[in-house]
Amino acid sequence: MSATATQRRDPAPPPPDPGSRRLTERVFRVRESGILAVLVVFVAITTAIQPRFLDTQNIQFVLINTTVFALLALGETMVVVSRNVDLSIGSVLGLSAYLSTRLFSQVHGIPVPAVFAVGLAIGLACGVANGLMVSLGRVPSLVVTLATLYIIRGIDILIVGGNEVVAQSLPNAFANIPQDTVLGVPDLAIVIAAVVALGAYYLRSFRSGRELYAIGSNPDAARLAGIPVGKRIFTAFAVSGALAGLAGVLWAAEYQTIDSTAGTGYELLVVSAVVVGGVAIFGGSGTAIGAAIGALLLAAINSALNVLGIAPFWDQAIAGFLLLLAITLDRVISLRLVAALRVRSSRRAG
Amino acid sequence: MGPGRGTGGEADQPAVPAHPAIPSTPPGATEPADRSRRAAGLAGEPASGRVPGAPGGNANEAAHGDALLSLVHVAKAFGAVQAIADGSIELYAGEAHALVGENGAGKSTLVKILAGVHQPDSGTLLIDGRPATLHGPAAARDAGIAVIYQEPTLFPDLTVAENIFMGRQPLRAGRRIDTRAMRARAAELFGRLGVPLDPARICRGLSIADQQIVEIGKALSLNARVIVMDEPTAALSALEVARLFDVVRALRAAGSAVLFISHRLEEVFEICQRVTVMRDGRQVLSSELAGLTADDLVRAMVGRDMPDRSAGEQSSPGQLVLSVQHLTREGVFTDISFGVRAGEIVAFAGLVGSGRSEVARAIFGIDRYDAGSVTVAGRRLRRGSPAGAMAAGVGLVPEDRRQQGLVMDMSIQQNMTLASLGRLQHAGLISAAAERAFATDWATRLRLKYGRLTDPVARLSGGNQQKVVLGKWLGRRPALLIVDEPTRGIDINTKAEVHRLLAQLAADGVAILMISSELPEVLHVSDRILVMREGRLTAEYARADASEEMIMTAATGQIQAQAS
Repeated sequence: MSATATQRRDPAPPPPDPGSRRLTERVFRVRESGILAVLVVFVAITTAIQPRFLDTQNIQFVLINTTVFALLALGETMVVVSRNVDLSIGSVLGLSAYLSTRLFSQVHGIPVPAVFAVGLAIGLACGVANGLMVSLGRVPSLVVTLATLYIIRGIDILIVGGNEVVAQSLPNAFANIPQDTVLGVPDLAIVIAAVVALGAYYLRSFRSGRELYAIGSNPDAARLAGIPVGKRIFTAFAVSGALAGLAGVLWAAEYQTIDSTAGTGYELLVVSAVVVGGVAIFGGSGTAIGAAIGALLLAAINSALNVLGIAPFWDQAIAGFLLLLAITLDRVISLRLVAALRVRSSRRAG
Repeated sequence: MGPGRGTGGEADQPAVPAHPAIPSTPPGATEPADRSRRAAGLAGEPASGRVPGAPGGNANEAAHGDALLSLVHVAKAFGAVQAIADGSIELYAGEAHALVGENGAGKSTLVKILAGVHQPDSGTLLIDGRPATLHGPAAARDAGIAVIYQEPTLFPDLTVAENIFMGRQPLRAGRRIDTRAMRARAAELFGRLGVPLDPARICRGLSIADQQIVEIGKALSLNARVIVMDEPTAALSALEVARLFDVVRALRAAGSAVLFISHRLEEVFEICQRVTVMRDGRQVLSSELAGLTADDLVRAMVGRDMPDRSAGEQSSPGQLVLSVQHLTREGVFTDISFGVRAGEIVAFAGLVGSGRSEVARAIFGIDRYDAGSVTVAGRRLRRGSPAGAMAAGVGLVPEDRRQQGLVMDMSIQQNMTLASLGRLQHAGLISAAAERAFATDWATRLRLKYGRLTDPVARLSGGNQQKVVLGKWLGRRPALLIVDEPTRGIDINTKAEVHRLLAQLAADGVAILMISSELPEVLHVSDRILVMREGRLTAEYARADASEEMIMTAATGQIQAQAS
């Protein structure tokens, strides 16, 4: 615009009303803090009934259980935030788990990192296929990934047949991964926590990360703002696939017996964890940290039923109940939020 | 702030930082000779006169040299519809320039050309005196043109600051977003505009007025030099309008050009320095506002040849079919009372958004109303019941035929019979033969041009689609037919056929309520004309007494003109 930068004399920018800012920021955090509160209360109640729940061994068990889900939830968060969904991750996990760990018996002395790399590559390939169909083919992601959920599982069953990878075929260096701890905390949990933190930081602080939120919040406006919508969505699916591939290898290290049913039904558990963790199902808001806490909560519930001796049948019922609760809460909170913000606007205008 | 942009904080200071492109020309200071020529042109060419050519477009350019942006004799057609035949406009730094015209005069198309959404078929776009082509919204943005639509599209879940800087967020080390700097910059922008808006809050829940401010902030951050506001005040309260005008003054003071589109002429006179009037896709007037009156503008907007009135189509009204008493829907329309007699065509004139369609929807029972009554042929209609309205013999041909009038994937035949299925069924099954006979009959009567009756209706032209919608309702032999913009987007020949059809229906004793934004159509087709403005009935004319000026005056609220 005009090149002459005249002297600025106008008053400093209006000091944003401190009370109102606190309100917005509090609301921003409320979903994560809410889920954290639920987790604390749940742990407290369970421990009161059965103190064994807080045994070091059980905590380690819960944390290890969480790692696979947290990894999947990170990828799913990136996808859901952009107003998409990836339902293929359970199948990708299964395929990756079998194909990568079979290498231990096929290629003698193959280094463990190479197996992880193979798992990641398998997942990446699946994610790229999903991403291409969604971003280039403009097919709704619900349809695409529902289809690949079955296709990839089908391929898995074709390859695996009645076989399975058994624990004896896995080298110790691999089989012991879930057991290694630092000061009582599983190594794996630390690594995954770091990965999730990195992912959350990326989503929060980088342009391409914020653009995923923008796409999910208003796809048309995102296009008008010059955001490469297709490219961003493609990347989200590719990352989600790659993380699911990685999670497959972890899953194998944890369970050590891998047949063609590995990871069946995980997609819905992960979507539940993500939504319970405060990611809006129609995109635009939520964090990877929240999603990881959601995964932790689901793992804790699973373990609690075990410890309390309740039939595992309740596991899924409770997961479903939580999902319903989370979505209802989400709806109520956003309606309240809008109402509160409106009131603020009108007060200010008046 | 925006790199190198002059400040605009001193809104009350009229001094304009000189834009490099026009070092010495004060905004809107047209040459005296030019001005007088234009004034003369205006006075010498009264309402009826079609101004020959675009008046002095070329002379004007020659006199000025460099406008910030100008469109020169652009034309744009969509299929058979010539949206702009000859559009010219010049925008200078530091001016607020009004663009006015009737609905359908080509204003929106002109805006979309400036926004880079449409490319003109012919003519030139000059930016800083140099020819330019805008290949898309991004190109327009890069050229320094920002368009603020009536209802902005923001990211509701993101903060105000992020909305402004999306894709251009300030970065710190490692290409990370510098949130603090971003918010500070946004706060500075709002400070410059004199509007206290919290950059850290999310956009969900912002009023339309505040959303526009966010868009204006975005335009400022992009160093936009030309800011187009497409009917920005339509949804604003008086307070918000005042605030918006302060912002416009701040933008002018900073050397931007503001193109202000509004139907409210009093606003035009309040905020603008120059005006361009469009009519039938042509620029008919472009001049300084000083010395013009609202009457002058209205005359320029409607001054076209009067359509012929064929006396033969006059019908003698019979019994009262529709009676509307004190109909009110909070915030939408207030105290609407009128009647329509059998064999009478009553036109509902007024600006888009004046509440005409809403009244029609309330009569038909799609929307509820808060007070008043609707009586059809002596029977009071239950509110909120389209089925009740249909049973009483009311038919509605909606404004948006693609969305509301037709099922686009179904066949011509199926669409035509949709409202009459009750009569075509035997024992709960629809008789294919009866359906076919029914559709064939109406297709012939309507002179429908089609391939086969089983073709999807989407394959027909707009005019023929409209005939299908008409046929759908005529098949029910309605006592009252409500038609909303019956000829929008239809070529001239089919338009005439639709008019003939309406006249014929009236002659057969159907009461017709026609909503139309095209004044020639209103004057040509109707027996009586009701004018709505901002949710109220403001005038009623018999066709013989009405003129386009009178209707336009009642529709825009320039009451003083009524005396003349």
